[in-house]
Amino acid sequence: MIDVNIYRYNPETDKFPYTQTYTLKKPEKDIMLLELLNILKEQDSSISYRRSCREGVCGSDGMNINGKNGLACITPISQAIKNNKIELRPLPGLPVIRDLVVDMTEFYAQYDKIKPFLQNETEPPAQERLQSPAERDKLDGLYECILCACCSTSCPSFWWNPDKFVGPAALLQAYRFIADSRDTKTAERLEGLSDPFSVYRCHGIMNCVNVCPKDLNPNHAIGEIKSMLLSDKKKENIIVSDGVS
Amino acid sequence: MENYNSSNIKTLEFDALIIGGGGSGMRTSLELAKSGLKTAVVSKVFPTRSHTVSAQGGITCAIASEDPNDDWRWHMYDTVKGSDYIGDQDAIEYMCSEGPKAVFELEHMGLPFSRFENGRIYQRPFGGQSKDFGKGGQAARTCAAADRTGHALLHTLYQNNIKEGSNFLNEWFAVDLVLNQSKEVTGVIAFSIESGEVAYLKSQATVMATGGAGRIYSSTTNALINTGDGLGMALRAGFPAQDMEMWQFHPTGIYGAGSLVTEGCRGEGGYLINAEGERFMERYAPNAKDLAGRDVVARSMVLEILEGRGCGENKDHVFLKLDHLGADVLNAKLPGICELSRTFAGVDPIFNPIPVVPTCHYMMGGTPTNIHGQAFTQSNGEDKIIAGLFSVGEAACVSVHGANRLGGNSLLDLVVFGRAAGIHIQEALKTGGGVADADSDDINKALHGLNKINSSSDGFEVAEVKRELQSVMQNYFGVFRRGDYMEKGVSALEEIREKVSNLHLKDKSMAFNTSRVEALELQNLFEVAEATAIASLQRTESRGAHARDDFKERDDENWLCHSLYDPIKKTLSKRDVNFTPIQVDTFEPKVRTY
Repeated sequence: MIDVNIYRYNPETDKFPYTQTYTLKKPEKDIMLLELLNILKEQDSSISYRRSCREGVCGSDGMNINGKNGLACITPISQAIKNNKIELRPLPGLPVIRDLVVDMTEFYAQYDKIKPFLQNETEPPAQERLQSPAERDKLDGLYECILCACCSTSCPSFWWNPDKFVGPAALLQAYRFIADSRDTKTAERLEGLSDPFSVYRCHGIMNCVNVCPKDLNPNHAIGEIKSMLLSDKKKENIIVSDGVS
Repeated sequence: MENYNSSNIKTLEFDALIIGGGGSGMRTSLELAKSGLKTAVVSKVFPTRSHTVSAQGGITCAIASEDPNDDWRWHMYDTVKGSDYIGDQDAIEYMCSEGPKAVFELEHMGLPFSRFENGRIYQRPFGGQSKDFGKGGQAARTCAAADRTGHALLHTLYQNNIKEGSNFLNEWFAVDLVLNQSKEVTGVIAFSIESGEVAYLKSQATVMATGGAGRIYSSTTNALINTGDGLGMALRAGFPAQDMEMWQFHPTGIYGAGSLVTEGCRGEGGYLINAEGERFMERYAPNAKDLAGRDVVARSMVLEILEGRGCGENKDHVFLKLDHLGADVLNAKLPGICELSRTFAGVDPIFNPIPVVPTCHYMMGGTPTNIHGQAFTQSNGEDKIIAGLFSVGEAACVSVHGANRLGGNSLLDLVVFGRAAGIHIQEALKTGGGVADADSDDINKALHGLNKINSSSDGFEVAEVKRELQSVMQNYFGVFRRGDYMEKGVSALEEIREKVSNLHLKDKSMAFNTSRVEALELQNLFEVAEATAIASLQRTESRGAHARDDFKERDDENWLCHSLYDPIKKTLSKRDVNFTPIQVDTFEPKVRTY
């Protein structure tokens, strides 16, 4: 038998959130955690969580599994079970709508803020813009982000300042466009990130890298952005603080 | 629970409403965002969670990158042949000739395509592709962003919708169409999943971009959200569906999990082997081998398994061999597949073959439309436009895929026809097109289904009924079909209808109640399944994906036509295929071999 302990909250009936433990027979096969949740939902249809692709590419089912953020659909229960127990919580730091469903408005607002689209004011050619394989390689490890929010919601800087610190997910995308040879707005993009909060609240504790279900490295992208900002500032002969205040 | 009626729900008014935030819906909305019309995209999931994200191998289009002499007419020839000649040639011509423009637009929007050394978009070979009208050998026409093309395309479209300021109603679920007295579509009843609030979304143009319904089968590559909501709504409203017997079984779904393994694996040089290690496709398709049409490859695999040459303990799958391509090629060209295979098959394709089986993948049928996305019905054998209703993408049957879709043509379909519908709606609404208002009775009628499920005090369990439905479809309407089995399937479905009409919604809460969504989705699945079953039983021939043991041959004399399913009478009629392209001569039906 295994115990699955789930964070429960229904705003219509519950004054406070609580946790509920479901005890069930351990499945014979090593199924994914999402499948286990689907089994539980057949027993208790009131459990709420998001899911869509069930193969780790849509980013719907990010949740906190035994204290670590991850996607339920690609986490085998063999990895999730600790002492015959699995603890499931909503992604930390965002308001809870219900059970394992969080309000991602602030997360998406940061994404919108970095202008996550290619900007190039030159007239496009009749065919595609050319890009060498080497230039295209620079986008690998960046464009694959699925916006699951596992990284940003594991980041204390994002917890404290979700409205001001862009967070690892959106910074990864900021760098994805800075790194794109077809984008001509690098200077403007950097300028938009040069305040003390947007980038500089990252102190490189690597939680984002540790949890990313797609093995991406937002920390590296943030480092690149910081270097570019610093070399810009050096050119202007301005002394910058490290943003810690 | 409160009973909803036209006076206790709010009305939100739009010029155009797009139901579905996948590739086709977001391409339509992008076109409309620039128009100044008041538009909203209604999506039951945040748009980047839509199933387009799972498309892997690419978008097929004659952009003449890999081969500077490539020609959209060759692509058209392949698509007509792939459709087993019931794809509409005017629509296929439009898709193939407009395609390059649509793909270059995506590139200009920022889609991170993989590249050739000369900096042009990378293209790989896919099944059913040829040069020079089948005479010039295998073509490489599928534009790719590694093996994550759908992800790259969907995110690019979402990003550009942000840029253009599109309006999204995210995590809103559309329940039913609202029809006025003249049976024009005036919008939908929908609710916010987050708050539970119900509204009448009123619109001059309602675009169904709701994708496929692969979840009618128990084994499918489709996301859990692919429940045919738009088609379900249209069928409940009495509008017909076309070619519903045509379901594509993708040759390579991961054994057990069902996750898709792109045809691009075979395009890059991978091949299928049976338990004897034999590359069996050489026997079934001596020329194209593993890159024959998907229907041909899927049937060959099932025959290998039925004849005892399947792999594994139960001899119930075959292997996709990739290790000979080497780690460098696999990591560069197929990184997503390596990841999926390790996660869901426990196999690293760099060293070992992936266990695969044919798995339900794509609905060729759907709401019949013209190339502008306008939905139609038939009256006295004549096509009749349904005012206010549009359909694009997998939900629609325009029909560019006919009886069998070619790999990579789905993503092209989304962007070409999403764009076309957007252009048409702008023009139509600016020149006074639109629909008359619905009255309160009309709105109340559309609320009936939601009220019924909300007031259920007992009845059948959603999860159980869904399993039952899926197993009937899997057992009786799979890769090979037989009249007597399908008759059993049809009568099993009659019993299931009773249950689907009497589902028990235990949890009546408002906020993020996913069990309400799942119950309504099941009702949509059922409508699609029933249309599929009746159409499959009545098409007495084998064509494309529809393979019957009791009618093994293609029957052009009687069935070189679309089937049109009438959901009210539950009958099937025939509709002419278009054989009159404008810029090229008709491609006449031929025996289809690879």
